[in-house]
Amino acid sequence: MDKVRSNKKAIVFFMAPAVLFFMIFIIIPIGMSVYYSFMNWDGITRPIFAGLKNYTELFSSITIRFGKSVKNSLLIAFFSTVIQLPVALVFALVLSRVRRGRNTFLTIYFIPVLISSVAIGQLWMRIYNSDYGVLNYLLKTIGLDNLCRNWLGEQSTAMGAVLVPIIWQFIGYHMLILYSGIKAVPETVIEAAKIDGATGVQTARFVIIPMIKPIIKVSTIFAVTGSLKIFDLIYVLTNGGPAHATEVPSTLMINMLFSRNRYGMGSAIVLFIILECFLFSFIIEKVFKERD
Amino acid sequence: MDKVKKTFLYVALSIWAIIQVFPLYYLITFSLKSNGEILGENILGLPIKWLWSNYRKVLNESNLLRYLGNSVFVTVITILCVIIISLMAAYALYRMKWRFQGFFIMFFMLGLTVPIHSSVLPVFVILKKIRLLDTYWALILPYIAFSLSMAILMCSGFLKGVPVELEEAACMDGCGVYKIFWRIIVPIMKPAFTTVAIFTYLSSWNELMFSTIFINSDKFRTLPVGIQMLSSSLITDWGVVGAALVLSLIPTMILYICLSQKVQEGMVMGAVKG
Repeated sequence: MDKVRSNKKAIVFFMAPAVLFFMIFIIIPIGMSVYYSFMNWDGITRPIFAGLKNYTELFSSITIRFGKSVKNSLLIAFFSTVIQLPVALVFALVLSRVRRGRNTFLTIYFIPVLISSVAIGQLWMRIYNSDYGVLNYLLKTIGLDNLCRNWLGEQSTAMGAVLVPIIWQFIGYHMLILYSGIKAVPETVIEAAKIDGATGVQTARFVIIPMIKPIIKVSTIFAVTGSLKIFDLIYVLTNGGPAHATEVPSTLMINMLFSRNRYGMGSAIVLFIILECFLFSFIIEKVFKERD
Repeated sequence: MDKVKKTFLYVALSIWAIIQVFPLYYLITFSLKSNGEILGENILGLPIKWLWSNYRKVLNESNLLRYLGNSVFVTVITILCVIIISLMAAYALYRMKWRFQGFFIMFFMLGLTVPIHSSVLPVFVILKKIRLLDTYWALILPYIAFSLSMAILMCSGFLKGVPVELEEAACMDGCGVYKIFWRIIVPIMKPAFTTVAIFTYLSSWNELMFSTIFINSDKFRTLPVGIQMLSSSLITDWGVVGAALVLSLIPTMILYICLSQKVQEGMVMGAVKG
């Protein structure tokens, strides 16, 4: 058997396709992005070495509005974490306490996660529509006409209007992740807490939540890095507008690369996004470790 | 638990369910209404006159079916390739014996953390060079690559549950490694295929960034970009756009209704292990 298991030719045969795909479409591109980010290149003429110029311009230029885009993505990360996770956790806890209809509720909560961002975006654009949207209609029926506005079109409200569908779409995802964690807590532990006289809330607070900390960490990392990378919904809803009000690094990157042909600058943004995600994952890991 | 408390919990759960479903209710109802109803007479209620012609119109007058076909083609080929390639790699990585196994396992798990953003431009440049830009392959090939890490991880989970004795018995009977793989591993791993297929389906079916940039001609356009185009060209005809959006959601919804447990499992597994 050992001879069969160490058949070199077979190993190469089994590994080759996966390694090739991985190298060509993931590993080499990372190297290429690093290389491009040091170049001044429009994709047509020869690339010229620019050193760190793309990076310095990115961080210092006022016209690119990179700082604004980073701020927006951090804002999305912040609100995703402080709204999505607590709500998801509470509902996951409640779900674990009820028997009837549990799966039905879970199934319903999870639907938005599966729907394409384009459909969700197009739908919410219509909810927000200034003339015929549901939101303004509801405001008018309860007499708050003066609150009606072009939600996605005005700089002051666009960011808030974009945040709602983002949070709405992914709350079910976190709920499911957390719920699966709660389900893994042994029934005996919960019973023991009950026998000791703990109320439902106390059991959740002192028994369940400490036990599912690793899952909460996963959810936090997902909420934060997902927000830092966010592209689809914003691209559909506003494409970063009006006047950069909802710009995030990903939309700025696509704009740099494929509208303005600034390949070097776009690649610098890519590297920033990757490093930022790593950094935040690392910080979250550390925070959760220290709390133990 | 006392009754009052329980009722309260159910009310809370139901209110949340309504919040989650309301936008979809709105979508489905306005896909069946005339502009007159949508834009004033009857914004929130069920359609007064059920306008199935919206659906007929979008099916007859737009390329929606073409986009749907493209999406099905791209996704099916991607899923098939991912299943074969990831199972082969997982077998070599977790069942065979060689020197750099640990390194390659790490190598593939690294892929879980790489966002697709990092590949947009380089893959664009590569595809342009090998003249695959604006073909089905421009989507299929990168989708395969980006699904592999998770698929290998999922396969490895299932592989661990396969008893080694099965392979040993086959080996005694004189089977070589390829025969063991095809005759024993592939059939026994069928449950893993469903999980891998669902996960790959969800990540490629809705993918927007690559499909926006690598595809230019309408001929090859997939659903997400297709309905995006459709919605902006039919901007005034809400009912018809609604019908297009509803139709684009049907495949995923059918899948979800049939396999909701498996879909949820797959997504959680992806999150927790990643």
